[in-house]
Order: sequence, then C-alpha cells, then structure tokens
Amino acid sequence: MGPMKKTISFQLNGRPVTVDVAPHHTLVELLQNEFDLFGARESCAQGLCGCCTAVVNGEAVSGCLYLASFVDGATVETVEGLSDGAKLDPVQEAFIEAGAFQCGFCTPGFILMTKQLLDAHPAPDDDQIRHYLAGNLCRCAAYPEIVKAVKLAASKRQKVAA
Amino acid sequence: MNQITPIRSGQVGRSIPRLEATSKVTGRVEYVHTMRLPRMLTAKLVRSTVASGRIKSIDIEAASKVPGVYRIVTSEDIVKIIPHPYYGPAFHDQPILAIDKVHYVGEPVAAVLASDPHVAEEAARLVVVDYEELPAVFDEVEAQKSKVVVHEQLKPAGTFPDLKHLHGVRDTNVALDFQLKRGDSGKAFAEADHVFEHTFKTQQVLHVPLEPYVSIAETNGTSMTIHTASQSPSFVRLEIARLLGWPENRVRVRVPFLGGGFGGKLYIKLEALVAALSLIVLRPVKISLTMEEQFYTLTKHASTFRIKSAVNKDGKVTARECEVWWNGGAYADIGPRITQKSGFTAPGPYDIDNIKIDSYALYTNLPPAGALRGFGIPQLVWAYESHTDLIARALGMDPVEFRRENILRDGRPQATGTIVKDMGAEACLERAAQLINWTAPFDRGKGTIKRGRGIAVGFKASISPTTSVAVVNVAADGSATLFCGTVDMGQGSDTAMAQLVAEVLNIPAELVHVVHSDTDITPYDMATLGSRSTFHMGLAVKRAAEDAKAKLEAMAKEVGLPPGSNVPIRELFERKYKMQAGTVVGTGDYIPPYVPPDHSNGQSDNVTPFWMVGATAVEIEIDTETGHMRIERMINVADVGRAINPQIVETQLSGAAIMQLGFTTTEKMEFEAGQVTNASFADYKIPGIQDLPDSMTSVVVDANQHNGPFGAKGVGESGTFGVSPAIANAVEDAIGVRITSLPITPEKIYRAIRAAQNEPLED
Repeated sequence: MGPMKKTISFQLNGRPVTVDVAPHHTLVELLQNEFDLFGARESCAQGLCGCCTAVVNGEAVSGCLYLASFVDGATVETVEGLSDGAKLDPVQEAFIEAGAFQCGFCTPGFILMTKQLLDAHPAPDDDQIRHYLAGNLCRCAAYPEIVKAVKLAASKRQKVAA
Repeated sequence: MNQITPIRSGQVGRSIPRLEATSKVTGRVEYVHTMRLPRMLTAKLVRSTVASGRIKSIDIEAASKVPGVYRIVTSEDIVKIIPHPYYGPAFHDQPILAIDKVHYVGEPVAAVLASDPHVAEEAARLVVVDYEELPAVFDEVEAQKSKVVVHEQLKPAGTFPDLKHLHGVRDTNVALDFQLKRGDSGKAFAEADHVFEHTFKTQQVLHVPLEPYVSIAETNGTSMTIHTASQSPSFVRLEIARLLGWPENRVRVRVPFLGGGFGGKLYIKLEALVAALSLIVLRPVKISLTMEEQFYTLTKHASTFRIKSAVNKDGKVTARECEVWWNGGAYADIGPRITQKSGFTAPGPYDIDNIKIDSYALYTNLPPAGALRGFGIPQLVWAYESHTDLIARALGMDPVEFRRENILRDGRPQATGTIVKDMGAEACLERAAQLINWTAPFDRGKGTIKRGRGIAVGFKASISPTTSVAVVNVAADGSATLFCGTVDMGQGSDTAMAQLVAEVLNIPAELVHVVHSDTDITPYDMATLGSRSTFHMGLAVKRAAEDAKAKLEAMAKEVGLPPGSNVPIRELFERKYKMQAGTVVGTGDYIPPYVPPDHSNGQSDNVTPFWMVGATAVEIEIDTETGHMRIERMINVADVGRAINPQIVETQLSGAAIMQLGFTTTEKMEFEAGQVTNASFADYKIPGIQDLPDSMTSVVVDANQHNGPFGAKGVGESGTFGVSPAIANAVEDAIGVRITSLPITPEKIYRAIRAAQNEPLED
C-alpha cells in the first residue's frame, strides 16, 4: 500500500468489503479494478450520460465523478447486484420483453434509474418517466421501448407486491 | 438429455428477444472497453494543436520524467518497424502517427505508454510539440479551387473493387470527382416551363457511440492478436498484415459486442497504432479514447448541394442537375465511396429522363469524415426533398401529389440506368401520407403558436460488390453454431442471423449459437456497414445452413433412412457415429452481380443488388415568439423487404429516426481555426428521452425483396432518410419560412421569422 492510499470498508451488493483506494480514483475505477464489476462504465466522463450509474446509500450517483474514497462506510449497489444469475429483477425482465436496448452499453444505468423511479413512483406517468431518465443517454435511441419497459416493469412489480 | 425438437418453420418473422439480452441487462456482456490483459500498458495520445503545420520538434524530456512512464513513441519509432506507415480504405493517406506535418487539430502526434492510465495522461500533457503553422482550408466549396493543398500527393489504396479507379494525382484537394450524365439536361432546361435552383448545406456532426473507440493489441513479435471495437475485422486484418508485411493468418482480429458503431468504427481507427505500439514494447497495449477524443477521430461529412430542376407545366420534372461537395476533412477514410455511391442517387427517387451529377470528395484541414448511418444519403435527401417541396409549393401543387406525379416506380431506370426492382418509394410515401392523415383537414394553430406538417422520402443503393462468407456447424445433439463476421453493434445481427439458420434447419432460433468475429475462426466478411449484412451475410448464412442441411440429408440416406423421414438430427449422428459424436460443416458465400458505373457517364446496368427506402412525415408546432419547435407526431415508414425480427426492425427504424432528429435539430460541431470548440456532451447535445416526439410510429410496408434471404434486406439506415427534410418542410408549412442549412435550431427559426418580417436580428 502506497503512502497516498486509504483503506475503506463498505457494503457492496450486500457483502462487506475492505479495500485500499487512491484518492484520485473514481467509483467506476474502484468497481472495475478491484471487484471486476464492469456494469458501470465511463463514457462521457462528465456525469451527463448515466452509463456509470451506481447506487450509493440508496441514491443514484455518477460513478465517473464520484470519488472512490467517499463510499467508506456506505452501501453500494451495482447492476450486478440485481440478480443472482438464476432470476432476473422485474425491471431487467421488462427491458428484455420490451426490447428496450440495442448495443446495451447504457442499459445498466437505465435499469438502475428505473428502479429508483419505481421506488419513488410505483405507477409513473410519461412525465415522471422522462424526468427520471433525463440524465441517461442512449445513442441507439431505444427511448420509445425504454418508456414501454418502465411501464411494464411497474406492472410486474405491482403483481409481485400484490 | 436436452431434447432439440424439430419444428416446422416460422423462425423468420418472429420477434424473439436478442440472443444476448440477459448478458446486456445484467451488465455482464463483453466489450473491448471493459477488457484488460496481464502486463497491459495504456497509451494516451498527444494531439496536434494546429490545423496545418510542419512539426519542428517534439520535446519529450519533461514527460519522460513522470514516474511510471514506460515509453514515449513518435513516428520516428514507428517507421523503424513499419517503413511506410500509411493506411486507409480508399487512399493510403493516414499516418499511424503524424510524420513531418499535421493536417488537422487533434491529429495524433505521439503516444505515451504507462501501466497507469492517469500517469500516461499526465505525461502526455507534458510533451511539447513545436509547429511551423501553415495555411489551412476548411470550407468544402473553397477547397475545390483553393491554392492551399492539404496533401501534396494522393496515393490510392486499390483494395476494394469499387474504388479501383481512383487516381494518384498532385496538387489538388479533390480526392474523387464522380460524374453522371443521362439524357440531355441542357436541352431539357432550355425547353422547361419552370426552372428551380436551390443550395442546401449540412453541418459536421459525429457518431459518439457511448463506448468510445477502443483497441488492444498483444504480440509475441511473430503473430498478433487485436481485440477491437471494430465494424470491419476482416479489413483490419488485411490492413495490419499489409502494414507489417505479414501473411494475413498471423494477424488475429477479435471483436466482441460493440457499444454502438453507426459507421464510425469502420476500416482502421486505432488498430494500426496499437499494433505498432505493442510491437515496439512487446507488451499488450490498449488505447481507449475519451468522449472528447472521439471529436478528433471521425465525423460525418458536412456538405453543400446545389440542385436545379426543370419542370413542365403539368408538374413533371424533366431534368435535374446536382452538384455536391463533400467535406472529407484531412484524411479520405471512405469519403470517395460516399461521393460515388451516394452521389449517383442525388436526384432522389424520381423518374427523371435528363440528369447531370457532379459529386466531389474534398480534403480540408478538419477532422476526417466517413460513413455515418446512411453513407451520405441523409445529406442528399435533406437537399432533394427540401427542393422537391419548394417546387411543389411554387407550382401550387400538393407536395404529396407532386411527388406521386414524379416518383420512380419499379421497372423504370434510375439515374444510373439500372432498372429498379423492389424499390418501395411509392409505397412508403403513400403509407406515410396515410398514417399522418395527409388529406384530412389540418389545424394550423392559433395566435403565436403555428402548426405545420411535412413529408419526405429518400432511397439508397446498397454498396456493391461486397463479399460475405459463413460457416454453420451442426453438432451431434442437433444444436447449430454459426460462424460469421458480422459485428453486432446493437442492430441485432446475431439474432437475425440465428433466425435464418433456424429457419433452414427447422430448429428454434434460441438454440443457434453465434460465434463472434474472430478472424482465426470466422470467415471473411467485407464489413458491417451500409445496411448490407442482412442481405449479403444473410444470403451467405442461408447458403451455409442449406449446405449443412444437404449434408444431413445425405447422412440420412447413408444410414438407410427413406427420403423425407423426420428422424431427429441427434439420431442421425448416433446411427452414423455410434454415439453422440461428429460434426456437419456447411459453408456458404455471397457476392452480388455488379456492373461498375461507366467513368464517362456514370451509367450501369446493375449498380446495386437492392434498394432501401425510408419516408418520414411529421406534424409540428412552432412558437413564433421564440422559434421553439415541438414535434407532435412523427411517422417513419421503410421498405425493408420482409422483416426477419419485427420488434428489432421497429427499434432500428425509430432509433435511426431519433438519431437523425439530433442531426436535424441540435447537433453541430463548432470550430474555431479548425479547433472543435464543443467536444463534450455538455456542449454537443445528442437526443435524450425528453427530446422524443410526443407520438412516434415506425412501420414497414408489406414487401418482399426477390433476391434477399427469405425476402429480407437491410434496415439500419432507412429510418434516417426522410427526417431532416420532413421537418424543414413542416417548418415552412407552419410559418412560411425555409431553412436551408442544418441544424434547424430555435435561433435559426426565429431569425428566419424576423428576416421574413423585414426586421432581421443582428448577428
């Protein structure tokens, strides 16, 4: 461990972890370099595209701007934490059924933001959907299908809850 | 044991989810972006800060002292291992790193290698390059006659059959001058009742795939593997082997999934540089561009199009003259193909007897331009469909009726003389008009909010002649594996190709495994571009599957089964090999018939194996106090032949239309002295979810491409064709002003409103 590094501990997708981080490393670098989690990806590097989305203490953040050392003591969730491999999250299922992606590079960010939206608004209208997903960009522009997927996910979650 | 039950058919036409859907929603899909290798170094690039200049010196002293820097490489190091380090699909004009001169702001001059990307980045900033600045030229029309010459000598590549005619010339910026003449346009103009002439311009924009350009090379000095986000792995192998003087089989090019491509990740981008760097240091080297660096890599041609039509009193277009200037930037990339292949469709999908086309590919000192979702077609449709609308209005004719009067129908010759077949321009126009209720009364708004509507239709010839080869393996349990070089960059090609195999073999498409591009394993494919794969690779795949099927039938005969017996494939293998063993290998290839355009007049009996068509209709409202435009409805209609996967086709059409909506309303690269000044998503606005039209419908017309696989043809670009002119036509319909240059911004609309009121705003 170099002199500049700091040891941090946090909950990652439900498991406690401890790791050394450099002060200039971002959350994306931490997830990729130390944990081989590649669902959060840096694209625009300005917090404008949402490809790097991760959830820290229940709030979505731009992992390309969020410094790694700030997650000390926090809970961190990434797209990899949504499913155990056997069963997908209803939001993931909805994105598949609605065909709501093409290249898939932005998809983890959209899925995590959709979960945030549905946690706050279980039956969102079009304006709420557009508002919550305004910070996620999809260059393939699967937006019409994404709107359908969000609505489908909302009905799937309501069925699970019922 | 997992039973693979034969099914009758119906795999083509099923909307199955993408085969890789689960790995995409779980974030576990493989991209080169997320790939890393042991002992890998990262390279960061030092880029030119001047648009044209001679390199006087490169000072690497301060940069070398940064702790952790492994090596700094300039062209001096490159030429030691590659004596002639120039590449390109049309001209061998682009150096791996700048040699003596730089030709645009952002051109790579040096590479800094380090294990830690942050170290490489910091050191790259400390490299000092001293330039003697030289005069530069930026405008495409000016470049045609300018004394400022971007390259002293042009060196044609001679790789592709359709570009064999390029000449090595000196002291000109014209890389290609394509000419087409049909009939006698001079005579028709002299006899015309009406003559209309307009000039339209498009701006420089770019692809910005969210996975930026990225390549990794690893080598032991005698063979090399390149992992790259490329749409053209076979071309990369060919070009790297040529540069290194190696046989092709010592270069392996691997492509997993792409995080978007749109024509940017074609031919060679970073591959030659990572190959050279890895040979120099004998360690794996990765270059992963930042979003900003994409603005210095490849763009879409800005263009100027002067279009002139002769029209008789009945509203029939009798002649059309087209002059198109394509701003190719500092390196030709595939601009010459765009200039020719798109150039010959410049008069539009109209039946016009007398035609003259001049289409010029120009070098300038801007970032290079290449293919972007349409290979030049959207620039042309923008002009000819705006022009067509202006003529209809001037004649007092309904814009749909005027188009109907002139539309090019099957059985009639296109400008090249090729008789069109399965070209659904009329069907798409009629369907778009019907879906937008063109003949119904229309609410024109009130007060300061004005409403309008517009329609446009465009077409494209598939790029020809190009080759695809495919292999289908059938395993002893009856499952099938497809080896094909088509790159899935989001268009769903893996799934569509699996459906073709499944249709032939009568198995569910979900049971077909598609092996991604790996030139050690997958056979040659020209590239994933120009909406060519469904047709060209689709036919190769279908033939490979049919070959496998024929071999299975021969095996059935061999083991004594009567013809037409319905024994599961698994049992065939068991009967022949006495256990679950063996493999049946089917192969197939495809290259379409083609007659190159005659060099004196551009005429050809068979210029393309198929045509694609896209039409768009929109309803908009404009706030005349602000110039703000809202798109209330957008209808996109395309002729894709028979849709192999209707759900994916619909997404392709709407995705293409929304992308083109960005190029129409917000996207523009801004330059100052050749330096792009808005190289980030903060300043270069691509469409987000808030920018969607209020309502959007994307449909295909009922069609069958007679020579396509199960009636199918390409779809990736068609949704872009009609968007820009449909919107400009709707703007004029709403407020009576005509916008002739893209993008159509609120400011531009408001300025046009004020100018029309004789109260122009100051600049």
